[in-house]
Amino acid sequence: MTVTATPPSSGVTGKISNYLDERTSISGAVKEFGRKIFPDHWSFLLGEVALYSFVIILLSGSFLTFFFQASMASVQYDGSYVPLKGVEMSVAMSSTLDISFDLRGGLLLRQIHHWAALLFISAIGLHMLRVFFTGAFRKPRELNWSIGFVLFVLAMAEGFTGYSLPDDLLSGNGLRIIDGMIVGLPVVGTWISFLLFGGEFPGSDIIGRLYTLHILLLPLVVLAFIVLHLMFVIIHKHTQYPGPGRTEQNVVGYPVLPVYAAKAGGFFFLVFGVVVLIAATVTINPIWAYGPYDPSPVSAGTQPDWYIGFADGALRLMPPHLETYWFGYTWSWNIIIPVLLLLVFLAVVFAYPFFEAWVTGDKREHHVLDRPRNAPVRTAIGAAGVTFYAVLWAGAASDIIATHFKVTMEGVINTLQIMLILGPIFAFMIAKRVCLALQKKDREIVLHGFETGRIVRLPGGEFTEVHQQLDDYDRWQLVSFNDNAPIMVRPNARGKITGATRRRAAWSRFFFEDRIAPVTQTEYKQELEHSHH
Amino acid sequence: MAKIVKGSEKSDLVATSGERLTGKELGTAVVTADAFPNPGLPPHRQRVTDTNPRRLARAARIVAWLFYLSIAGSIFTIFAYMFFPIEGGDTTSIRLSTLYIGLGSAFALLAIGIAAVHWGKAVMADKEGVDERHPVRGTDETRARAVEIFKEADEESGFSRRTLIRNGMIGAFIAFPLPAIALFRGLAPMDEDPNNLMKHTFWKKGLRLTHDPTGVPIKASDLTIGSSVHVIPEGLLDLPEAQMLDQKAKAAVLVVRLKPEDLHWTSEQRKSWSYDGIVAYSKICTHVGCPVALYEQQTHHLLCPCHQSQFDISNECAVIFGPAARPLPQLPIAVDADGYLVALSDFDQPVGPSFWEREK
Repeated sequence: MTVTATPPSSGVTGKISNYLDERTSISGAVKEFGRKIFPDHWSFLLGEVALYSFVIILLSGSFLTFFFQASMASVQYDGSYVPLKGVEMSVAMSSTLDISFDLRGGLLLRQIHHWAALLFISAIGLHMLRVFFTGAFRKPRELNWSIGFVLFVLAMAEGFTGYSLPDDLLSGNGLRIIDGMIVGLPVVGTWISFLLFGGEFPGSDIIGRLYTLHILLLPLVVLAFIVLHLMFVIIHKHTQYPGPGRTEQNVVGYPVLPVYAAKAGGFFFLVFGVVVLIAATVTINPIWAYGPYDPSPVSAGTQPDWYIGFADGALRLMPPHLETYWFGYTWSWNIIIPVLLLLVFLAVVFAYPFFEAWVTGDKREHHVLDRPRNAPVRTAIGAAGVTFYAVLWAGAASDIIATHFKVTMEGVINTLQIMLILGPIFAFMIAKRVCLALQKKDREIVLHGFETGRIVRLPGGEFTEVHQQLDDYDRWQLVSFNDNAPIMVRPNARGKITGATRRRAAWSRFFFEDRIAPVTQTEYKQELEHSHH
Repeated sequence: MAKIVKGSEKSDLVATSGERLTGKELGTAVVTADAFPNPGLPPHRQRVTDTNPRRLARAARIVAWLFYLSIAGSIFTIFAYMFFPIEGGDTTSIRLSTLYIGLGSAFALLAIGIAAVHWGKAVMADKEGVDERHPVRGTDETRARAVEIFKEADEESGFSRRTLIRNGMIGAFIAFPLPAIALFRGLAPMDEDPNNLMKHTFWKKGLRLTHDPTGVPIKASDLTIGSSVHVIPEGLLDLPEAQMLDQKAKAAVLVVRLKPEDLHWTSEQRKSWSYDGIVAYSKICTHVGCPVALYEQQTHHLLCPCHQSQFDISNECAVIFGPAARPLPQLPIAVDADGYLVALSDFDQPVGPSFWEREK
């Protein structure tokens, strides 16, 4: 087979390009992706923040691995930090102190790593909320939601294994709590703990094992899932907010080369810069103040990193005496219930897109996002979920709340226990009503125009404010949304009404019974005629 | 297939005008033929830099300057590394080193970021583009070919026909990872049973109670009423460090002295485990194992700082608040001939968090 190669263009760039293309066929990729359109919106940056903080974590973490020693062997600390001189501690703790006090830039890198990790999980959480409230998880993106969910859980695992590594008093207590939860699990708990810790708690293996998880296994899986996640973004093309000219069949925005590359690439440096700025000025995880792990002391106000707070709060909000002896075995309901609660909560988050798809039965692809008000029940469910999480999270700070606001700790916990049940219900009702009210307001503006602030006195002496109709583009924002109505229960081909149909009909009533339909052209014309007479 | 039905009468909120399309694809979605048409992209709005060449030149200058400033920031960072060394143990020098290296590199990074974004927003051509979307599913032709390929492969391999081979393969695939699970048994020592280990502590008859962490024995007469002492067993500190922590994680004890009449006992035996108002309780919380280290002298309550379980010392450390289910186990104590506090035995039950086989 003969190939007639186009003569390589002159100049160094041309020659290099030709060399590469003849060996990689890369011009195809440039043709395919170079002018790919990405829509613009600030909320699309949340996912980028997550991605970029992961890159920062990889960079700073690699630096730390050159100096950190994940060993629980005992040494007498002999570094520069005077108050701990001569104290017996693990090599892990001692090497972390050396990174902080004897290595130029070491403390900075440690703090960059920790702050970036906190930002990573925050950004993932906010990104998930954005995706949820705008309905971006609908077909064809349900699977990408699942992948993102896995990343959220993995990120928490990365965070927990990471902050346990220095083997300081605070993280040791965190491990103690994890161990206490594991042994409380029925049947397998005792042995899982025994295997995990390589014997009894604390043993001398756990730090090394967590290290392997933290720097090898988990990052590998996270990376694989990020690649998958982004691959799907390319396959699906990005969603876009509703607006004039935007349809389910197009995507409006800026091309990758050059504008999007400049903005997104620049944004990486902005995120990096902000993280470094925070790390340079704000201390995080001062392990030297906690001291090495010892099972005996603990300080008041013990707190995990923020993203573990909801789990700790779930533990704290359990009422006393929840334990039974059945068949000669111990059932620690004060552990089992919170663990189940968290698993169910996570399962609901994972399954929501599939559930909503089942309720609506909508088989179309959705690339134009919903404004949250235009999906009132979904938005309300989200608000309820956020409230539930927030109450658990506040639970982890029950003692801090009590001391700062000078109220009793029992009062705080009892209040939160009640709020955990009532809070989501109220949040649901309020959010749904607010959405419906906003939709009504939108209708009102479409039909009657907006207030111009111009007051006119009519010949009869009456004052009236002039309303002006929206232009076509502004009106489109308010009338172009997905409208849903409950389905009717109808017998299937064999003349039967199945339980699943009934349930689906009931759920569709729950979702769409209260609804505000978008203004139609006929309505609009009628209203215009009416107002002119 | 779409068909036309009247607007739903379910809700008074629904507008009644217009006719609606529903169909299998749509599910609950309601699409009306009467909807407003999409007005198309609004007219392009020019930026200041598009209309004013001087503003464009200024923006380009700013972008260039920011890149050069970033270089300056990076060089500053290297100098900061050299000229702000860490002087052994001097916290100010650590703070300065961290601060200047951090500020320098943050400046260098932010300058690149602002420059690139400004370049993209103000200087680069402001050309919005529109890409067409295609359905994610493959075309019918592609899908038909995919099915065909699987069929051909099935025929050529005999995957569905040769059930013996197929089932054998599935079985082998299930079986081959199993040895890996067995291998993980080695994560914990082979010759030990966690149930035995968790049910015994370092305490035994005759061991003196000593101060944590000094290991100095405690005389009953040294304890005043209302005082509390953190205690470890005599000889614990002689263990190698690794074993010491394992043992301490179970043997840590809190000793408190109350007026004897403030202590309420459910049995004479439990009372005999105390000495003249001095009681010793396990410090490991029965919830998830944090040290119950906070003693409230006025109320005789012990508080766990991790999850706020509270135990009442005057009532055999019964749980009075929080997620814990069981009282803290009591260490039976007495006084030896020299007046030192000694243990009468190990705890009568496992200490710390509950576990499955605890009652076995």
